[in-house]
Amino acid sequence: MKALFFQAPRMALMGAALMAAGLLAGCDAPPQESTQSGYRGTGAAQIDNKARVQAKREANAVPEAQPAADASGDKASKAYQNVKVLGHLSEGQFLRVMAAMTEWVAPEEGCGYCHNLDNLADDKMYTKVVARRMIQMTQEINTNWSSHVGQTGVTCYTCHRGQAVPNGVWFSDKGPQTAGSAASPAGQNMAAPMIDRASLPRDPFTPLLLGKEEIRVAAATALPTGEAGAPIQRAEQTYSLMIHMSTGLGVNCTFCHNSRAFSSWEESTPQRATAWYGIRMARELNNSFMTPLQSTFPPHRLGPEGDVAKVGCTTCHQGVNKPLYGVSMLKDYLAELGPAPKQ
Amino acid sequence: MTDYQNIFTRVQVRGPLYAGVPTKGAGSYERGKDSLFFYWLGKLGDAQIGPIYLGATGVASLVCGFLAFEIIGLNMFAQVGWDPAQFLRQLFWLALEPPSPRYGLSIPPLAEGGWWLMAGFFLTMGIILWWVRTYRRARQLGLGTHVAWAFAAAIWLYLVLGFIRPIMMGSWSEAVPFGIFPHLDWTAAFSIRYGNLFYNPFHALSIVFLYGSTLLFAMHAATILAVTRYGGEREIEQIVDRGTASERAALFWRWTMGFNATMESIHRWAWWFAVLCPLTGGIGILLTGTVVDNWYLWAVNHGVAPAYPINPVIDPSIAGGAR
Repeated sequence: MKALFFQAPRMALMGAALMAAGLLAGCDAPPQESTQSGYRGTGAAQIDNKARVQAKREANAVPEAQPAADASGDKASKAYQNVKVLGHLSEGQFLRVMAAMTEWVAPEEGCGYCHNLDNLADDKMYTKVVARRMIQMTQEINTNWSSHVGQTGVTCYTCHRGQAVPNGVWFSDKGPQTAGSAASPAGQNMAAPMIDRASLPRDPFTPLLLGKEEIRVAAATALPTGEAGAPIQRAEQTYSLMIHMSTGLGVNCTFCHNSRAFSSWEESTPQRATAWYGIRMARELNNSFMTPLQSTFPPHRLGPEGDVAKVGCTTCHQGVNKPLYGVSMLKDYLAELGPAPKQ
Repeated sequence: MTDYQNIFTRVQVRGPLYAGVPTKGAGSYERGKDSLFFYWLGKLGDAQIGPIYLGATGVASLVCGFLAFEIIGLNMFAQVGWDPAQFLRQLFWLALEPPSPRYGLSIPPLAEGGWWLMAGFFLTMGIILWWVRTYRRARQLGLGTHVAWAFAAAIWLYLVLGFIRPIMMGSWSEAVPFGIFPHLDWTAAFSIRYGNLFYNPFHALSIVFLYGSTLLFAMHAATILAVTRYGGEREIEQIVDRGTASERAALFWRWTMGFNATMESIHRWAWWFAVLCPLTGGIGILLTGTVVDNWYLWAVNHGVAPAYPINPVIDPSIAGGAR
């Protein structure tokens, strides 16, 4: 028996095979495709996997637009009561966007998800109040944030994808606390789902996408100036946000940066400027639209620390650098969700 | 029948149990007397285990090391609510963090870095006591103290990272956390904060000596294994009395690269390469943040970093397009 099982070469070979299999288990199955995206020699390449891209494309297919509506006829504000935001639409356009929203946000629950079916004008349901504010948010993005969304724009579907609560929203998260005098994990050092299970700070969002803490951490001068620079902990916070952006957009660091000098704008790609506006956009949406709705939501919709769900990069992008692969759904709903008329 | 192979061998060389050379017992405990053979360790090296010498510094070092290990481990365990399953799952993620920047060099509460300071103190004591032990054991045996000084080079890097540089920067928060992934995160964040460590010339030197060490190690080990058939593994004898193994080894390298190290000098090469790796690395870390704040910009100023075609991307915060 001993001779059979404990022959050193055989054991070593089996051990090596097991170890190799274990190490490979964490890898993506080949073939990988590498696309050069910047100057040669800078490592600027996006690496992807055909099967995964195919799956992502299918998951990001765009639903068909509702049949076009007659823009003439009575205004919605006349035809219905309590229409505060979309009153400038024709009745047909108004009903069209209501149908689209049902399909985008609550396809199974239907109109009753937001409306009191006995009195559609009733504002008692929180979902209706939230939805109204979300329409304003969509209009705000399409009106004032072309620096980030370009002419592609957004609709409810960009985030919601047929769900009442979009994927990839975030809540403030202090993480597990220790009792007594045991060392605090300082909000990091546990596999955190929102940042691709890294051990970095688990909630870079509260300080950076709700608060306006400085994201830039690299020194701006070659030599110290005598002023205190960013501590390492801030660099980790920034790193954590960048991991979120990278996974949220399905790209690697070199999509925006030259990795030899992350902070240098001269060596960055134009996408970095787009992302810069995106960060400012997320801050505005969270501060002007999401946080004020906190008291509107029922407790079960709030996070563990009692805060409202907020917008991050993943919320719209869902793993794709251009949400829905750059297909503009807004072009079919310009009248309804495009720039709002001055009131 | 098994026979001796140069690369993979199944032969285990084993002499009789050996108590070691007689030493003068100045200030040291008596060596343990018991020795035994252990077959599996014989696969890797000498099958004889013992006699083991611990002594006062050895015991004190192990106690300090154990305290540091326990402080780190128990704090990690507390962080997962004393759940053994979570402790195993999150083991690579968990850490004992240094104090936050607001504490500077003061002593923070236990939960906010106090434990880190304490673990660092005991770990450092354990390491330094172990260094004393390597020094004194070498002396006791009448050896040179090369091992102790090589170890001291590694301790230098360790002290720069966790003690000297944080003091120069005026904050414990600059130091490295105790944890598997977290210390790697620290490394990446450190490089990003200080403008890419790869442009730090001392970091570059350190890498030269690191890779150089592996190259030298491979060359030397391969040479010796290749001449074992002529008794070349008996290096010490070959140093004073060159035999055919030594001659062949030397000729091989003169044939292939025109120059050969000697049986003695190859070990100086290896020792210096190994020792200079942490020595230069430590200098590089020490200069970071204290003398140079952004290594990339420093490299641009000194013509080290090559220029690439410039993109027309303008920092939006300067362009003023943002709200």
